[in-house]
Amino acid sequence: MKSTARRRSYGAEGAPYAHPSPTTTLERARSAPYLFLLPAVLLFALFFALPIGYAVWLSFRKVKVSGLGLGSGARKEIWAGLENYTDALSDSELLHGTLRVLGYGCIVVPVMLGLALLFALMLDSEKVRLAPVTRLAIFLPYAIPGVVAALLWGFLYLPDVSPFYFVLDRLGMPQPDLLDGGPLFLALSNIAVWGGTGFNMIVIYTSLQAIPAEVYEAAKLDGATPLQIALRIKIPMVSPSLVLTFFFSIIATLQVFNEPTTLKPLTNSVSTTWSPLMKVHRDAFGEGDIYGAAAQAVIIAFATLLLSFGFLRAANRRQKQEAAR
Amino acid sequence: MSSLAVPQTEPVAGSTPGTAQGRPPLRRRIALIPTATLLLGSLYCLLPVAWVVIAATKSGRELFSTFTFLPGTGFAGNIRDLNAYRDGVYWQWMANSALYAGLGALLSTCVSAISGYALAVYRFRGRETLFNLLLAGVLMPPVILAVPQYLLLAKADLTDSYLSVLLPQILFPYGVYLARIYAAAAVPADVIEAGRMDGASEWRIFTRIALPMMVPGMVTVFLFQFVAIWNNFLLPYIMLSDDEKFPITLGLFTLLEQGANTPALYTLVITGALLAVFPLVALFLVIQRFWSLDLLSGAVKS
Repeated sequence: MKSTARRRSYGAEGAPYAHPSPTTTLERARSAPYLFLLPAVLLFALFFALPIGYAVWLSFRKVKVSGLGLGSGARKEIWAGLENYTDALSDSELLHGTLRVLGYGCIVVPVMLGLALLFALMLDSEKVRLAPVTRLAIFLPYAIPGVVAALLWGFLYLPDVSPFYFVLDRLGMPQPDLLDGGPLFLALSNIAVWGGTGFNMIVIYTSLQAIPAEVYEAAKLDGATPLQIALRIKIPMVSPSLVLTFFFSIIATLQVFNEPTTLKPLTNSVSTTWSPLMKVHRDAFGEGDIYGAAAQAVIIAFATLLLSFGFLRAANRRQKQEAAR
Repeated sequence: MSSLAVPQTEPVAGSTPGTAQGRPPLRRRIALIPTATLLLGSLYCLLPVAWVVIAATKSGRELFSTFTFLPGTGFAGNIRDLNAYRDGVYWQWMANSALYAGLGALLSTCVSAISGYALAVYRFRGRETLFNLLLAGVLMPPVILAVPQYLLLAKADLTDSYLSVLLPQILFPYGVYLARIYAAAAVPADVIEAGRMDGASEWRIFTRIALPMMVPGMVTVFLFQFVAIWNNFLLPYIMLSDDEKFPITLGLFTLLEQGANTPALYTLVITGALLAVFPLVALFLVIQRFWSLDLLSGAVKS
């Protein structure tokens, strides 16, 4: 019996795992996966499911203060219905935070992925020099904590220590305040682009490397230029990676918290409610309104899930259409 | 830009039809574009790192008075100040980060490995449901989780402890996902079957046969979790109030916050940031060769 003939893929596609084996081993194998998954399930229940359930529960509650709010029994937790939700949805601070983050995402995601794709294509091109060194250099920011990255760039934005201001000053050019108004958006976006480009570049580069060389040889025989090969062959062939990186970038962008929080000590223009998550944090821990914060958290989580599933479905449909062609 | 003058690319004879047809200058220029682009990209990525290396050598006075990229004379002094700051609390933060990231990543790699293996190898009721549930964890914004996690851990009297930062980070949905892909590709069904024929228990098959085959992939998972925990700011920010238990990210942040009122602390923040970058960069360089980057894109070489 040839062993390779029986080899089956039982990967993410969920192909059947069907091997002839004695009943006793099958019986034993039946409980094994559950035992193996027990730690993950326990951790999931304790640190994911329970907190989410608790947040949902809290979001329907509020505190009723009777009298002056002094003494025990003066503050009582009661059922609030949808009150916290209507409050959150009509909250202009939350709306502005959301709009700010959407604007920020519109800068970060295309620029970051555009650069990542560009660098990946350049790394993959023929006759490129210094590829290993530059690859490592561009990937380096991934190893630097977001807080430290924001801190470093924050200092580079500070007029007193920044080389940019020094250069602008010598050139006699106007010196914009990088930590205020419109430039603040660019300043924050730049930190995210700097931190994320290398990681995405590696993801795209890895799938570029998986393209068989014969494909290029055939294209070259047909007289395709490197640019044509990049546009017509490489980019379409790495589109699954592009979809993946796009998806993770959107999720990460919507959750922006560390960078604006770190820049806050350096400028007065970053408010405590700059991003929706910062507002949730402020309401829960700064204002002590855990009920309102829970409702906002649930809304954000729901919107994120909706967006993700919508996106994944759209991506799946497109892939199927392409496969059908 | 003269710094971008890269070595001229010598066209290998006959490697491209273009050179053979007598158009070497154009070909050479085209080959320069990728190299120049990558060098510009490297420059952009290294700029803040170069800045922090130089800024850490400046004394507090020099920081605001000399040109940014001119080295100063205060490096030794800065290190001394950092050591002296609150009896060396900085090193306590580093040790804490090493503990959170090292132990956390080790535990979470174990959980990822065994869960990914189970999800890849066995066919059982509820497999896909369970997998999708775990994956949905990736989509949950950390603050959404952290607020109720804090409240729950407060009820269990665990907030402001090492456990409050360690425990919620053991399960990494992304690690489980990677481990599943890797186990599916690296552990052949025949080997498991052979183990069963020989009468080995499922546990023994996993630990003695499958796990060694999964090691290269698990190194990647470990590195991911290590970086994720080392870089995490939000969870400790919410959970901890005693700064003796702070990881380095939170420690530097509080130092920066105080620095807004006492600019003398800025040099400490900068020197501290430089030293905080070293361990991860060193880890990357050491682990690089064990590291299967293919996993990143979900593609596994067989």
